[in-house]
Amino acid sequence: MAVRDVDLTVEPGEFMVLVGPSGCGKSTLLRMIAGLEEVTEGRVFIGDKDVTEELPQQRDVAMVFQSYALYPRMTVRRNMAFGLRMRRTPRADRERRVHEVAGVLGLDHLLDRRPGALSGGQRQRVAMGRAIVREPQAFLMDEPLSNLDAKLRVSMRSQLSLLHQRLGTTTVYVTHDQVEAMTLGKRVAVLRDGVLQQCDTPQTLFHKPVNLFVAAFIGSPSMNFVRAAVEGGEVRFGEARIPIKRDLGERPVILGVRPTGLALANGNGWPTVEVRPAIVEDLGDERFVIFDLDAPRVDTEATRAAVDAETADDALLLPEDRARFTVRLSADQPVSVGEPLTLAINPERLYFFDPDSGAAL
Amino acid sequence: MKTLVRTGRYLALLVLVCFFLMPVYALLITALKDPASVSVVRMWELPQSFSMENFRIVWPDLREGFVNSALLAVPASLVSAMLGAANGFVLSKWRFPGADFVFPLILFGMFIPYQAILIPMYRTMQSANLVGGLDGLIIVHIIYGLPITTLIFRSYFAGLSDEVIEAAKVDGAGMLRTFFHVALPIAPPAFAVALIWQFTSAWNDFLFGVLLTSREFWPITVALNNIAGGQTVPFNQAMASALLASVPTLLVYVLLGRFFMRGLMAGALKG
Repeated sequence: MAVRDVDLTVEPGEFMVLVGPSGCGKSTLLRMIAGLEEVTEGRVFIGDKDVTEELPQQRDVAMVFQSYALYPRMTVRRNMAFGLRMRRTPRADRERRVHEVAGVLGLDHLLDRRPGALSGGQRQRVAMGRAIVREPQAFLMDEPLSNLDAKLRVSMRSQLSLLHQRLGTTTVYVTHDQVEAMTLGKRVAVLRDGVLQQCDTPQTLFHKPVNLFVAAFIGSPSMNFVRAAVEGGEVRFGEARIPIKRDLGERPVILGVRPTGLALANGNGWPTVEVRPAIVEDLGDERFVIFDLDAPRVDTEATRAAVDAETADDALLLPEDRARFTVRLSADQPVSVGEPLTLAINPERLYFFDPDSGAAL
Repeated sequence: MKTLVRTGRYLALLVLVCFFLMPVYALLITALKDPASVSVVRMWELPQSFSMENFRIVWPDLREGFVNSALLAVPASLVSAMLGAANGFVLSKWRFPGADFVFPLILFGMFIPYQAILIPMYRTMQSANLVGGLDGLIIVHIIYGLPITTLIFRSYFAGLSDEVIEAAKVDGAGMLRTFFHVALPIAPPAFAVALIWQFTSAWNDFLFGVLLTSREFWPITVALNNIAGGQTVPFNQAMASALLASVPTLLVYVLLGRFFMRGLMAGALKG
């Protein structure tokens, strides 16, 4: 069963993003809203209307597919007008709307072409236009940008934001890319194994994740984790002792630190750790410094699921059992591989999770 | 060394080509010979002079069968292809519960030999009052063609992206409109295959034709049989008749063959 437990209300005009690693059920959920997937239990509402039993053609939603799914033998004009034609919109009305939308999307000069004669970006815009022309109650978008190359994807992402501001149509958007989710979504629903983990604004997801999975999934680079223990008002791992204000009792925890939660020690009184950088990734104005700590690595199902196996192979060159941290430093700070480095940890920006349940503490 | 291998390969192919073209060669040159120069001993020799005389002689005997066969094969192949397209679409893209059971059942029809159903079919057609004319024969060919046309279209539509069908659904198209507006426009290659196949098998059929039609509706195969099976067999006339009888199927192949091209789906998807 792809979707097991989801209770989600999308507000009118909202841009809701469904995000999660592959196989988390986000696409299935979207297809349930569209009526393309059978709902075995529970109800689906669009507006105030229960549409659970309705066919896709009866629901007033438009969908943008990952593959664009344009009708190959129709011109761009007919592709875009198809939905209106099926709904018996008068011809003059159809033409007007197609021209309007084509103007907005810069498709005017392509209206008489077939999809085969278009570039990937143009096809993507036609797919978008086909949805917009319909003026539906909601847009459903299934990874619409994932087939574009990286540069085009970023620019289309901002175009999408603008478009949504202008049209104000309720949108449900599926992606596996958390950067896309954070930048586009007014609210973001994080799914894992068909269960809704947390649905909130990008800010809240980032700063107050409800569990280990959300914490590990949101943010790039990912949050760093280490097995630690809370004792005598401080959290301890390896040599590090960090005083904490919160009272968590005496217990083992998983400690989370964002890559921006560490900085070069500058005598501001933050607790410090001594590290030896193993990898330095230079990005121009900033650097990612990767090192391992003398403390046990966190390798739970939740953290593995969150990284989607993309970085799960990073154990190849670094020790398997030690916690690995990535810290983001400004590029003007001197760092080199193998040279000892003293880092300060921001005690305000620590995250604590229960080692068994993964829930945030 | 490389050229040697290549030469050898072409040589082998050439031998095979000659082998396969032997009957065609014999057919052609015999049809063009005048009766005096036809003999089994010299059957491989080229004629002294090319003559169209044979065609002129046999045509009056063939004309009626020719017309009958055309009246039979055209509707039989068109209707069968159209129904096969509908079947194939529903079985691959608009699936219903039990589709996986129904498809093999339809397919099974392909493996039943003509001879096995000859008598029950005749009795059925007889009680339906469809024996004698072309209409009964057309119906039999349509039905007998369904398994193969269904298979052709089902395989073809299976290659059509599900998302395109889903896009049509979300856009508000029901089953029929998705079929007519989205599936059929991309189906010409499958139609070419199905029509060539169906036309050829309806045109070439002898058994159903001789069984189900009365004299004035005999298809060309029966007429051909009467010429070739006469008391004295003028080879040149038999060959000329055979050549004439096979022209339409060749023509259909040449005309429809160009629709075999790929790429009708171009641009629907990302790639």
